[in-house]
Amino acid sequence: MNLLEVQDLKVSYGGIRALKGISLNIAAGELVALIGSNGAGKSTTLKALAGLLPCQGKLHLQGKSLLHRAGHLRVADGMALVPEGRGVFARLSVQENLQIGAYTRKETAAILEQELQQIYALFPRLKERRNQLAGTLSGGEQQMLAMGRAMMCKPRLLMLDEPSMGLAPLMVEKVFETIQNISTQGVSILLVEQNARQALQIASRGYVLESGSITLSDDAASLLDSAAIQKAYLGS
Amino acid sequence: MEIFLQQLINGLVQGSVYALVALGYTMVYGILGLINFAHGEVVMVGAMVALMSINAMLGSAFPPAIILPVALFAAIFACMLLGYSIERIAYRPLRHAPRLAPLITAIGVSIVLQTLAMIIWGREYHAFPQLFPNQSHNFGGAVINDVQLAIIIIALLVMSMLMLLVHRTRLGRAMRAVAENQSAAILMGININQVISITFMLGSALAAIAGIMVSANYGVVHYYMGFMLGLKAFTAAVLGGIGNLRGAMLGGVLLGLIESLGAGYIGTLTGGFMGSNYQDAFAFLVLIGVLIFRPSGLLGERVADRA
Repeated sequence: MNLLEVQDLKVSYGGIRALKGISLNIAAGELVALIGSNGAGKSTTLKALAGLLPCQGKLHLQGKSLLHRAGHLRVADGMALVPEGRGVFARLSVQENLQIGAYTRKETAAILEQELQQIYALFPRLKERRNQLAGTLSGGEQQMLAMGRAMMCKPRLLMLDEPSMGLAPLMVEKVFETIQNISTQGVSILLVEQNARQALQIASRGYVLESGSITLSDDAASLLDSAAIQKAYLGS
Repeated sequence: MEIFLQQLINGLVQGSVYALVALGYTMVYGILGLINFAHGEVVMVGAMVALMSINAMLGSAFPPAIILPVALFAAIFACMLLGYSIERIAYRPLRHAPRLAPLITAIGVSIVLQTLAMIIWGREYHAFPQLFPNQSHNFGGAVINDVQLAIIIIALLVMSMLMLLVHRTRLGRAMRAVAENQSAAILMGININQVISITFMLGSALAAIAGIMVSANYGVVHYYMGFMLGLKAFTAAVLGGIGNLRGAMLGGVLLGLIESLGAGYIGTLTGGFMGSNYQDAFAFLVLIGVLIFRPSGLLGERVADRA
């Protein structure tokens, strides 16, 4: 059974249909890329899945329908989204940002503290700056923080919206490395990226979104090889 | 010098009350970007409920040491319920409406509460009974009484507790997160409606305490008492930087001091032309001054861009 099953998902903004009924699924532990140009509806898809936008269609996580579940309840259901622009709380400290990631967790303080230390081990920069306000971090550090914070939610499905946007090349490498690292821990990942080549290189499958519809879905390797994809999204 | 010390004490007492009420304005503004103009009326309801509770128990065998805490808790409970209801009924349906709509609604709620209070409790001034002997202490030529001393100490205690709650607890973190970015807060699993309700209830509990303080200090309760107090506390919140908790406390105390020192010296300064009855003017001079010269307030980070 798939971890996430989406069928005929539709989203409208004030009469304009942004998603025209998309279907996609993600198996447990799978890393799936969703690529497409600006305005194709990638962010809209993630927001709808996370419950930030009202939508129609079918949306199941682990066989349970989430369609009418409020966004904040979907976190405990196992869904986490690192939004576009990262959405760190600039006026909270780095550590507080990570702690708030565990807001819905019922585990003991000792277990959460241990997980916090694991995040710090993964991102030593965050540990150095744990008492600083998150707003004082660089863009790359904020992206690390946003990913670490989402990991503190202990998600089954982690959704990332343009995690490499606006980052220096070295930091982009680090971000993709981290995504792969999280994936090997068994977390399913839905990765939205403009940086299609790098996304497809680490993903096992990919979906191509064009003006609100999924026009293509295939193995990541086949998509990388496809002439049409290369022309439209890989710039070669 | 004695006048100075006396006015300093009076200012601190009045400022403590302003600070508690200003916190309610600033907490709600911080989280919703809304000026809750009905907040002054919550103070009045707190005073009225406390008065009713005390009067109901006064003839009984209960000692004052029981009566006062019971009245305090009754007032806090009533105000929390009122604060919750105001948000739930008046503001939540307008959460996504243009900014002017909730602002006008806030003024409407204020008028409704005033009128209801007038219907229930009448237009007359009610005496607020003195439960304990109120001794005066000489303090370097100035006088401070037990009630005033209690106001300053309790205000300090309550404000420290609030700061601990906001900065050291899971709920406080959630409140700050919701204040900063609601959709990111949802992504953390925070129920933002719940956090907003709790914020209104906390602000209202502070208002209840402030209401009892004012009533005990002046000895009278009146259906209209929340109006001017609310406006001044709002001024204090703007002075400190609206949305900023430390700013509200600083602004409250400063406004209290400015008012009482101003009232104390205006007679001498104008050669008796203007008297201390101009006290109220100082608060609004401060408001105008802040809005012209430093709209973000003393501790505000950004210029207020909200209605």
